[in-house]
Amino acid sequence: MSLLRIEEVCKNFGSLRAVRDVSMTVQTGELRAIIGPNGAGKTTFFNLISGFLTPTSGSIEFDGQDITPLMPSRRVSLGVARTFQITEVFPELTVHENLRIPVEVAFGHRLRPWLSRQGDRKVRDRVDELMEMGGLTSKADRLVGELAHGEQRTIEIMMAIGLGPRLLLLDEPAAGMGDQETYDIARLIRSLHHDHKLTIVLIEHDMRVVFNLADRIMVLAQGTMLAEGTPREIAANDAVQAAYLGTAK
Amino acid sequence: MAKLSPKLAFDAVVWLLLATMPFWLDRLGGYTQLGSQILVMALAAMALNFLLGYTGVLSFGHAAYFGLGAYGVGMTIKYLAGGTLSGLLVGVLVGAVAAAVIGLLIVHLRGIYFAMVTIAFGQVFYFIAFRWNTVTGGDDGLSGWHRLPIDLGFTSLDIVKSQTAFYYFVFVFFIIAVAIMAWLLRSPFGRTLLAIRENERRARFLGIPVDRHIWLSWLISCFFVSLAGGLYGLLNNFADPHALRWDQSGIFVIMAVLGGMRSFWGPLVGAAIYVVLQDYLSSLTQNWMSFIGLFFILIVLFFPRGVLGFVRRRLAS
Repeated sequence: MSLLRIEEVCKNFGSLRAVRDVSMTVQTGELRAIIGPNGAGKTTFFNLISGFLTPTSGSIEFDGQDITPLMPSRRVSLGVARTFQITEVFPELTVHENLRIPVEVAFGHRLRPWLSRQGDRKVRDRVDELMEMGGLTSKADRLVGELAHGEQRTIEIMMAIGLGPRLLLLDEPAAGMGDQETYDIARLIRSLHHDHKLTIVLIEHDMRVVFNLADRIMVLAQGTMLAEGTPREIAANDAVQAAYLGTAK
Repeated sequence: MAKLSPKLAFDAVVWLLLATMPFWLDRLGGYTQLGSQILVMALAAMALNFLLGYTGVLSFGHAAYFGLGAYGVGMTIKYLAGGTLSGLLVGVLVGAVAAAVIGLLIVHLRGIYFAMVTIAFGQVFYFIAFRWNTVTGGDDGLSGWHRLPIDLGFTSLDIVKSQTAFYYFVFVFFIIAVAIMAWLLRSPFGRTLLAIRENERRARFLGIPVDRHIWLSWLISCFFVSLAGGLYGLLNNFADPHALRWDQSGIFVIMAVLGGMRSFWGPLVGAAIYVVLQDYLSSLTQNWMSFIGLFFILIVLFFPRGVLGFVRRRLAS
């Protein structure tokens, strides 16, 4: 069953055609990677899915519902969560508070001026669970701005998970990370995908991560789709080799 | 809990000092009316800081709602033969309704654009008060009225002649307003405001409708500023058009920054410093404002987190 169906979306910035007639269908439970050289339109494409930008034309369907005109906050409440290429967290709040905010939004508490003892406990339990999943328990009371880059990336992913999404969009989760951190984050993503059956779409430049994790890969180049297929098919694709992998080697 | 106790101790000291102010302020060379003025200004600065320090939205137009509170209470007593409490109620409602409507028009703006538009709307109210002589008293302000005793049924509270009674009258409102703001800041709603302050984009993509939450924060902030304005009118038995002007808005911002806008009590400290300095310096020189300005510059240069922010850092390290 398809969870996300994108039909021929285009996005123009003035005369620049950043994304041209790209279609993509993601099945429930799939892990889809989007790769492509810099300036291929990957992040723009992502921004169209999450509602950061609205497409010039084309449509985006999530779980059978047309979400093309919806605001980001509506898309979140339907179950679309994202992270950003440049880490977006709440630096002057603690790890606990960073995770608490999305959990409270997910529980429908965002306008509440108070929580019952029971409601508060449920929120805390969920936050503890998230901290444990991300290996952050010992850092609960630290300010996020003081933590290492890799930990901040993990926190950002756990914040998105705190929303209880059905589709997780990760924009270059391993960007700027060392080998160990890349390995850890890849393991976290794999666990979210395998153990928690989360549908994930990610953009990534690190080919080890992409080819290890992805069920299917889509290649974008100059705003259009160059190829789509399993990691094996993509690795064997001549056009991809020429346009992207060849130049990268 | 061990980590919480210095904070709780500090809260207790603040409340104790405020609760006993009329008994020690005289001995330090002050007077009870000055204490009431500190409370009123602190309430206004703390209300502004709900928006500025905890939502990250800068308004240079809060004097408008402060002034509406003052004129609301003055006009109700003067023209409608209202009482002190009904006047206060009218003042707060007028301020809050104006803020609610204006807020709808401006919450999509950010940063300097938001600040500029708040000034513009503030000046509209200032010019109405300034020009509409027959009703508002124009440049001379709205005088010829004064606060009235509060009838509690079994007894009546004489806040007219007794400055001490009036101080505690203000203090009751101060407690309620500050408690509500503190409560809200610790709630799920309050955390969404912190989220917006820290990173608006992240907040938006955590499913928080940012504009709507900023509107609510603005409304709560203006509501309590109107309350402070109403109390200010009662304090002086007078509504002054300058209380509506944008330089008054600037004074609220100065108080918050001076004391420390990231500390809950920072604006209280800032307001106390400002009011006391003003009272003291203005008895010495006409140019007292330059000295306050100089003091403000020094604070911002050397203690960017304000007086209380500095003290807290010192204690933490």
